Amino acid sequence: MLQRFLHHKTAVATVSLVLLVALIGIFAPWIAPNDPLATDIINKFAPYSAEYPLGTDNLGRCLLSRMIYGIRPTLGLAVLTMLGTICLGALMGLLAGYFRGWIEEVIMRVVDVMLSFPSQVMVFAVVALLGVSVQNVIIANVFIKWAWYARMIRTGVMQHRNSNYVLFSRCIGTPERFVLLRHLVPSIASDLAVLASLDVGWAIINISTLSFLGLGVQAPTPEWGAMLNEAKNVMTSNPTQMIVPGIAIVVLVSAFNLMGDALRDVLDPKEVSE
Amino acid sequence: MKQYIIKRLLTAIPLLLCISFVCFVFINLIPSDPAEVALRVRQVPIITDEAIAEVRAELGLDKPYLVRYLTWLVNCLKGDFGISYVNPSRTVAGELLRCLPATLRLAGASFILVILLSLPIGFFCAVYKDSWFDRIMRGIIFITTAMPAYWVGLLLMWSVSIKLDLLPTSGSGSWRHLILPACTVSLSYIATFIRLIRNNMLENMKQDYVLYANVRGLPQKSILVKHILKNSMHTCIVALGMSIPQLISGTIVVENVFAWPGLGTLCISSIFNRDYPVIQTYVLLIGVLFVMFNLLFDILQSLADPRLRKEAA
Repeated sequence: MLQRFLHHKTAVATVSLVLLVALIGIFAPWIAPNDPLATDIINKFAPYSAEYPLGTDNLGRCLLSRMIYGIRPTLGLAVLTMLGTICLGALMGLLAGYFRGWIEEVIMRVVDVMLSFPSQVMVFAVVALLGVSVQNVIIANVFIKWAWYARMIRTGVMQHRNSNYVLFSRCIGTPERFVLLRHLVPSIASDLAVLASLDVGWAIINISTLSFLGLGVQAPTPEWGAMLNEAKNVMTSNPTQMIVPGIAIVVLVSAFNLMGDALRDVLDPKEVSE
Repeated sequence: MKQYIIKRLLTAIPLLLCISFVCFVFINLIPSDPAEVALRVRQVPIITDEAIAEVRAELGLDKPYLVRYLTWLVNCLKGDFGISYVNPSRTVAGELLRCLPATLRLAGASFILVILLSLPIGFFCAVYKDSWFDRIMRGIIFITTAMPAYWVGLLLMWSVSIKLDLLPTSGSGSWRHLILPACTVSLSYIATFIRLIRNNMLENMKQDYVLYANVRGLPQKSILVKHILKNSMHTCIVALGMSIPQLISGTIVVENVFAWPGLGTLCISSIFNRDYPVIQTYVLLIGVLFVMFNLLFDILQSLADPRLRKEAA
């Protein structure tokens, strides 16, 4: 597996890019040249310089430092959202696929109702209901996404639950918990990894969109979507403000999308046919 | 066939009831007392207990849960969705009707753009697979799926409206206002449909009937258009139809970027003003639209494709 991973150029490149971005975000206080919140009103909209490598924004704050600190909410919240989604979705999917009967009926009907709402409208509805804050954005995103995972994992479990090794395991009296955690979870883990890395990109776009509309991360905190919202107000006079955060989002989301495809090739060589 | 349609129609009813119930529960989960919120947004200076009780009676909040759900449901069926918290002189239905045409205009224009662009591009991508055209299109598709819609909107606004001064930046009124928002909304859908049409056609090209048509010596053009494209269109038409409610709800962000006076702008301003009845009705409307369009295109698909009918029976 490691061998295959190291030979896959896209996989190595995208994973290292994502890791690099994550590390920059984690070590932001040591890497960023300036304080992201310190204003320097005389030097507002300053061009590229040694002190401000990417220039400054409408309050004279260092753009590069804000970008670096912005990794934390942007990437961090997206990863947190995906973790929540996978946990809830996997739990529901495993329960439905393994125990069947009325548990499955109830869970799958709920999933049907969840999937019949358009996800974007649901996010807004949940944020409206709970109020505007960062944790509610995560709750909203988990709330609309878990049903997809529940359905996918249930299908995966159904495929495996009647395979010979699971039947054998149950025959010799292994506890249900063991069958679930040691047989079924590992067999769907690779599907899950691929889907999740594709969806991190989706989560980044979704969270930054909410921040852009003012419903997510709030103003002084540097977040890429919120930075674009500030850039929108000065679009006529200083259009360059919206270039850097936008490109950063596109690059990061592209990296996650490519990573998902590459991971599929690495984890499941059967699929590679072309 | 009739049986299948009736069965599908009947299964939609519990789903619609579920959606309406979720929407009803939604408004009852608000952390703050709706009566108090209503008083606050009407800017009543001093909120007394009597005033709250009065508003409770006015909004019908003092009755039991299920009774309220049923009255609410019956009112909804009559087209009465209650009154706006922010502006009691306006009904929710009136507010939505005021904003609906603008959103439908935007969604309609985007829909036409999607069809006009994705069909030919997808077709040529499949026909000239791996040519420079296909590769460039695939690159563009890849980039557009990673671009947030609001950023695309900002870039278009800046380049076309401010730099080149060709089109107005925001607002509505003439068709000139429509072009930029419609382009922004349709961009991500175009990417999806190009991919769908391309993959469908490539899938169909491997089928036996194409080989047979080639053996018969039919001209390439007629094989491509009359056989492959026609067969690939089945799934695409269904996908297009089901994307209509998605287009209507997908305009929220773009409407806000371009200050388009439609449902999306109404929805966001209602969130900020805590105008819950408006949000509730909007969610209900979109949910019902979703179910209806899914149902409609499911039935249309099984009418058009006899193979599916057999499966269903």
